[in-house]
Amino acid sequence: MHLEVNGTRHRVQATDLAALLVELGFDDRAVATALDGAFVPAALRGSTPLVPGARVEVLAPMQGG
Amino acid sequence: MFYGIPLTSRLLLGTAQYPSPAILGEAITASGAEVITVSLRREGAGGGAFRELLRDTGRRILPNTAGCHSVREAVTTAHMARELFATNWIKLEVIGHADTLQPDPFALVEAARILCSEGFAVFPYMTEDLILAERLVEAGCRVLMPWGAPIGSGQGLRNPEGLRSLRAHFPGIALVIDAGIGAPSQAAAAMEMGFDAVLLNTAVAKARDPVGMARAFGQAVAAGRLAHEAGLMLRRDMAVASTPVFGMAELA
Repeated sequence: MHLEVNGTRHRVQATDLAALLVELGFDDRAVATALDGAFVPAALRGSTPLVPGARVEVLAPMQGG
Repeated sequence: MFYGIPLTSRLLLGTAQYPSPAILGEAITASGAEVITVSLRREGAGGGAFRELLRDTGRRILPNTAGCHSVREAVTTAHMARELFATNWIKLEVIGHADTLQPDPFALVEAARILCSEGFAVFPYMTEDLILAERLVEAGCRVLMPWGAPIGSGQGLRNPEGLRSLRAHFPGIALVIDAGIGAPSQAAAAMEMGFDAVLLNTAVAKARDPVGMARAFGQAVAAGRLAHEAGLMLRRDMAVASTPVFGMAELA
């Protein structure tokens, strides 16, 4: 299915958020995730299903003021 | 000083816009800051090095919601930051206008209410408005962060009388001047006025020598605090001789 991950369209096999991070090569302990604008805690990623067109954000620490 | 956490240094330092990660690390050390601010952005290349640097500094992390324009964005970002940095501290920024970067006071209060009720220790970036401050305290904030001037402008304390009045109205709340500070003298002035701390970024990061400027700000903030504690003399309109006249020779 097609998803939008960090603003870019991806075609993926994964059907849940945990599998998506593995498939796209993210370090799952170093990122925080949101699905369609709502935070998904790390512990719930495996039980969070993805549907076509879902918007996923994968965020990491960055420099800030 | 902040939500029950005692700190020695009263300077909070931002981590953006430095010439290199190495200079950022040195600047943090030179400033003496015990709290540094960071943000959350889309994971890309180079994230790992910054994570290591954060770990190595050993400083307390204050994540921000910089760039958020709505309550929902800010609240979601705060949730993500709490997990990622394992802290309930959040520097709450809800920007009302993309050019002025002025905070949106209405969305700020709403987001602060939600986050405080969820157990966050909220550090709201605000204007110096007294009623806004009152609403934020009602929402549960025990730290307020009024701006000195617009973010990145280096204008210093644009409304010193307004800030003075804010300080006087909220004696029990930690007040941090956040944003707009361009020179150590301005930071010292804020501390002399009785503010609890100063948060800045650009003035250090964009200095010709960020490490030297970080040290200068650290010393200015400490000096300003000492001066506040020591009690400043009252300003006078007229000259008053400091050397006693008594015992003066008649030589004329």
